[in-house]
Amino acid sequence: MTENSSPALRPGERVRNLLTSRAFIYVLLGLVLLGFVIAAQAKGVSANSLLSLFVRGTLLGGTLALGAVGVTLVFAVLKMANFAHGDTMTFGAYMGLLVIMVLPKGPPLAPFSFGYEFLLALLIVVPLIGLFTFGLDQAIFRPLRARRAQPIMFAMAALGLAFGLRSLVYIFWGADFTYYYVGRARPAVELFAGVRVRPDQLFILGLAVVLIVGVYLLLERTKIGKAMRATADNPDLARVSGIDTNRVILWTWLIGGGLAAAGGMLYALDVQLRPEMGWWLLLPLFASVILGTLGNAYGALAGAFVIGIVWQMSSAFINPTYGHGVAFLVMVLVLLFRPEGLFGRSK
Amino acid sequence: MPLLTVENVVSGYGEMQVLRGVNLTVGHNEIVSIVGPNGAGKSTVMKLVFGLLKPWEGAVTFDGRNISGMAPEKLVKLGLSYVPQVENVFPNLTVEENLDMGGYTLSGSLDQQKERVYELFPRLAERRRQRAGKMSGGERQMVAMGRALMLDPKLLMLDEPSAGLAPLLVDMIFEKVVEVNKAGVAVLMVEQNAKKSLALADRGYVLATGQNQVDGPGEKLLGDPEVARLYLGG
Repeated sequence: MTENSSPALRPGERVRNLLTSRAFIYVLLGLVLLGFVIAAQAKGVSANSLLSLFVRGTLLGGTLALGAVGVTLVFAVLKMANFAHGDTMTFGAYMGLLVIMVLPKGPPLAPFSFGYEFLLALLIVVPLIGLFTFGLDQAIFRPLRARRAQPIMFAMAALGLAFGLRSLVYIFWGADFTYYYVGRARPAVELFAGVRVRPDQLFILGLAVVLIVGVYLLLERTKIGKAMRATADNPDLARVSGIDTNRVILWTWLIGGGLAAAGGMLYALDVQLRPEMGWWLLLPLFASVILGTLGNAYGALAGAFVIGIVWQMSSAFINPTYGHGVAFLVMVLVLLFRPEGLFGRSK
Repeated sequence: MPLLTVENVVSGYGEMQVLRGVNLTVGHNEIVSIVGPNGAGKSTVMKLVFGLLKPWEGAVTFDGRNISGMAPEKLVKLGLSYVPQVENVFPNLTVEENLDMGGYTLSGSLDQQKERVYELFPRLAERRRQRAGKMSGGERQMVAMGRALMLDPKLLMLDEPSAGLAPLLVDMIFEKVVEVNKAGVAVLMVEQNAKKSLALADRGYVLATGQNQVDGPGEKLLGDPEVARLYLGG
């Protein structure tokens, strides 16, 4: 009964199958990294600083992943590109700042630069932003779905929402950059082989990994997680099976919006708070999601780490301003060979 | 009183009218088959009963209850179950997860229900960890039927269960339909494979141009020269 009993392939087809296989893409990405290393060597960049950039890229990949999972889940369940996701991250970061400013200030939790307020702010802001994004969905996107609006309508509504959220940040906090703890020292420690990181950054990566594992368990093991995957797979059959679509949508935003808030707060803790921070993350987020196959949560994770590492390591040999561009080029390169993305099923 | 009654139903998509007065009944424990030429509105009747389409006129009654235009998620709780013709599995979910989704509205363990499905389709038990999208057409049809049987429905609705299957598999699927029916589930199916489906049906309806033209016991329809000439291709 097997349908794959294909006859012997012609040599041309065999080469094609090889070039579009996932294994080949990993080799390709390895070659890109090797190219980066050679280019950096030519510019006289030391192996140590290259390694540092790799570690920084991994850290960035962790925070990108938190945003990318939300983008891809919302796309999978609601079939819309949520261009407001980056600004949701910004908004979450600033809500965190609000909570931290309201709470009485405690001492830093050595070796980290932040105190208990930051952790408490995470616990408050993450579910709050999750609920908030669900509320926005019910107010803005649900009527569009009910009207079966065109994809462009959803994209424009999401863009409008992005500008709206950012304007709120401008109105209440101003256009300047700031920090969660202004003026507090953030010393770096040596991790290994001359690679220096701040303890905060290890916390950020650790928490990102914990959250990602949590999402994995939720999607694979829980009833609502399976229902989310089922709805993403085949929304009509999900309804016919008696799955409550509104509940699935609620959980999609709780997870997507909540992770975006966590990602925004962690990114702000690592770098700084700026009203445009999330807007500038939007393109790398979508690059990650498309690279890893739209709608595939595990693909978004892999994509986020690839984009984060490529973005950071390219700064070894060209101006960091072009980091975005290089990340995009790598995405295009992968899609040239494998248009369905890393985790897509080839036809 | 019949389990399902469709009375004088008129409906369609948007402005386009497809059903022009359909009447049919399904009794408890009956197998009823709807046959007819392409475009007659066979699948539309199924969608209408299952609340995916609202009747413009007429009424649908199930188990003594008016269910016209009721949402699918409510219908499954009343004991109605539907297997669409295409895209009737969750391709990225495993066989077992597909069955879990069939029992979504139940709380607690689904092990008992799953065991029953695995008894009916031993093949699925062997492949419970495989993704449904990677299976053959016949296996996918088993997954689809298994999913629909998880809630122990009173009425199972099958839209062209044999479509696109090799003849051997068609016989296998029809055997399973009879087996399910013997376990006490009424079956309403739409089939383009008219001869085989009428042969096993208690009663059949011939649908054409959005109306039912002829009905009667399956065997009698098969033997009716007028029906044969018009709709069964001689």
